[in-house]
Amino acid sequence: MLLNLSEDQQFFRENTDRFLSEQVPPDAVRALRDDRRGFDLTYWRRGAELGWTSLLVDEEHGGGTISGAGLVDLSLVAYAFGRRAAPGPLAMTNVVAATLSRRDAAPDVLAALLSGEGIATWCAPVSGPQGWRSTVEVRTDGNDLVLQGEARPVEAAGAAGHLLVTCRDADGVGTTQVLVPASTSGVGLTPMQTVDLTRRFSVVTFDDVRVSADAVIGTAGQATADVDRQFLTYLVVLNAESAGAMQTGFEMTVEWAFDRYSFGRPLASYQALKHRFADMMSWLEASHAVSAAACAAVERESDEAPELVSAAKAYIGQYGVELLQDCVQLHGGIGVTFEHDLHLYLRRVIVDRALAGTPADHLQRIAGVVDRRAGDGVAA
Amino acid sequence: MEDLETFRHRARTFIRSNLRQVSPEELRLGWSGQSEEMELAAVARDRHLQRMLFDAGLAGICFPRAYGGQGLTPAHQKVLNEELVGYEYPLRMQVPNLSPCAAIILEFGTEEQKLRHLPPILRGEALWMQFLSEPSGGSDAAGALTTAVRDGEEWVLNGSKVWTTGAWWSDWGLCLARTNWDLPKHRGLSVFMLPIHQPNIEVHRIEMLNGSREFCQEFMTDVIVPDSDRIGDIDDGWTVTTRWMFHERMLYNSPYVTEPIGLTHGHMDAGVVHAIAQEHGLLQDSAVRERIGEARMLELVTQEMSTYVSESIGEGRLNDQAAALVRLFKGIAQNRIVTLAFEAAGAEGAAWTDDAAAAQSATNFMMRQGGTIGGGTTEMARNVVSERVLGMPRERRLDKDVPFREVPRSRPTST
Repeated sequence: MLLNLSEDQQFFRENTDRFLSEQVPPDAVRALRDDRRGFDLTYWRRGAELGWTSLLVDEEHGGGTISGAGLVDLSLVAYAFGRRAAPGPLAMTNVVAATLSRRDAAPDVLAALLSGEGIATWCAPVSGPQGWRSTVEVRTDGNDLVLQGEARPVEAAGAAGHLLVTCRDADGVGTTQVLVPASTSGVGLTPMQTVDLTRRFSVVTFDDVRVSADAVIGTAGQATADVDRQFLTYLVVLNAESAGAMQTGFEMTVEWAFDRYSFGRPLASYQALKHRFADMMSWLEASHAVSAAACAAVERESDEAPELVSAAKAYIGQYGVELLQDCVQLHGGIGVTFEHDLHLYLRRVIVDRALAGTPADHLQRIAGVVDRRAGDGVAA
Repeated sequence: MEDLETFRHRARTFIRSNLRQVSPEELRLGWSGQSEEMELAAVARDRHLQRMLFDAGLAGICFPRAYGGQGLTPAHQKVLNEELVGYEYPLRMQVPNLSPCAAIILEFGTEEQKLRHLPPILRGEALWMQFLSEPSGGSDAAGALTTAVRDGEEWVLNGSKVWTTGAWWSDWGLCLARTNWDLPKHRGLSVFMLPIHQPNIEVHRIEMLNGSREFCQEFMTDVIVPDSDRIGDIDDGWTVTTRWMFHERMLYNSPYVTEPIGLTHGHMDAGVVHAIAQEHGLLQDSAVRERIGEARMLELVTQEMSTYVSESIGEGRLNDQAAALVRLFKGIAQNRIVTLAFEAAGAEGAAWTDDAAAAQSATNFMMRQGGTIGGGTTEMARNVVSERVLGMPRERRLDKDVPFREVPRSRPTST
């Protein structure tokens, strides 16, 4: 949860939260389990009208922020999504829209993302302890580009009309991003399994996929900075969403502890359990804090942003699951049934933990920052 | 009021031309592991630094001007803390001197008391310590057995206080004492101010497992305190003490405390874990790299969490008891960082030479619970969070609504 919100931001947050509570209450989320897409297109379009996909897009391209700090505004939406375990490709559409806007590319695709009529997703590179590595290769053939390889897991690929593909150049050095219509010949989708009820992931294969050179977003061979930025945005969204899911799970469990009696006493009266609630609350507040700090650092393009974002991902990745599974434990048997709501939030933090680098990956990335700092110290 | 940028410029100009640049390691060593002469010299330097800040209009940022402060805001204090990064500062003048002690005088003192005591504190002339814990029980502060008996316009104090940091080089104590044994526990307490160095107070230095002798125990025998040195109402000392403990939990996050941003007070930080790994040639080992990353992650999260919770208290999103969350989190995080350094040390955790990066990692590991005991145990913090923040039912207790003299007590101990 962010502190010091402006009146506009508060209004925006409340509006989003009210919309989600009406449109996707827990039973509606549960019912989407067997839905092919995992979200309703009309719901998504109405969300886009509320501004969900506009916040990272320049005004000249039809976007706009609430507060002047678009990523902070987006984190409010992401937090509300986590609070409700809400469906919809929030992170992916925003990542693609931001890059199209920044690179002044594909105005039709961008306009469709803004209106909610179109969906696009990002075929992201694989994340690891050193950073990211693309698994799709691009080579030049005359005026065309040819893509070969596969990306996995790709969120919302089945619903997407366009794929932003991060490719490594055939020379092995550069990185190029290409916007590929999903209907292009040679693009293959294989659905994957996941624990989240409403998010859909696919393996996307590129088998000699041929697009014209003007499909490049930004400058061919020089997309590294864009990809770094896309990851920071993605991680900020994942962290805010997990913090929201933690908040809901925690509140549900506190309420349970007051209402549930064993041996003539509420669970909340047992010191052994009270101490666990205190620990959980400290994890929760720490998660809010580091999520907000990392978001603010990315927003102001601080040098510390990658380190803080990794700290947030590592911490929330570990303690988000820790907290929600402790909530399950404190609920007892009911906590592991499908009819209870708690698992909706647990599912969310489990998937968020594993996406875009595990806690262990991000801890090793932080070690890289400590290395550089120690190196600088010696040089000074 | 001076705007933040003007203030920043003024602070920066003063700091860069008057203060010495120091490494985090040097500041960390400041607290322990040195001879008595060195420690006394360091205290004298800190007093002098405090005076320099005072003369430059940079002491007591959030204290009113009438008492020698600057009458500025927590935002100004934060700017000063940012500008002080990498420079020496009066470490020993901060906690518990400026907060909780001076903060409590400001909050509860009479006009005369504030005018008498606050300016010397801000000038570095008077250094205050807390006479709070007693040998009979550390966390249960309201169980104080030190007794104050009224004698005309004076009080006569008898008893013992413990865990007083640096009492042997400090000047004044803020002392919680029982003034009425016939009232229930929390309703028979009062708070007094007294000079530490007087014939009727014997100061004994306590040796800790790591060799530190910073903590003291004081034995008070017929100590006379004028009634004008009582702070708060008679028998209403618990009102004062509740705020006292709030300020104590705020620690270095208090707006009354000057503290360079990002300074860690533990004996170990991510830099130490990194240095140990480097010395052992293990910087490429992924398990070791995770430990370095974890230590740094915990530092960052601790820092952000402290700020976030204090801001939440300021905004009213959390009540002021939520400061216990910070105390709990810091204790656990610091404990873990010390453990990470010990693990990185390998066999040098068993035996070391002083030139090794891993030197003392075993001593710190052995003492790692300093961070979860000192300043109130993490168990007490968990009680506060669950009962006072989350509103869960309190534990059954046998010390409520009965005269304190009837409450069951520990058998007397020698320490």
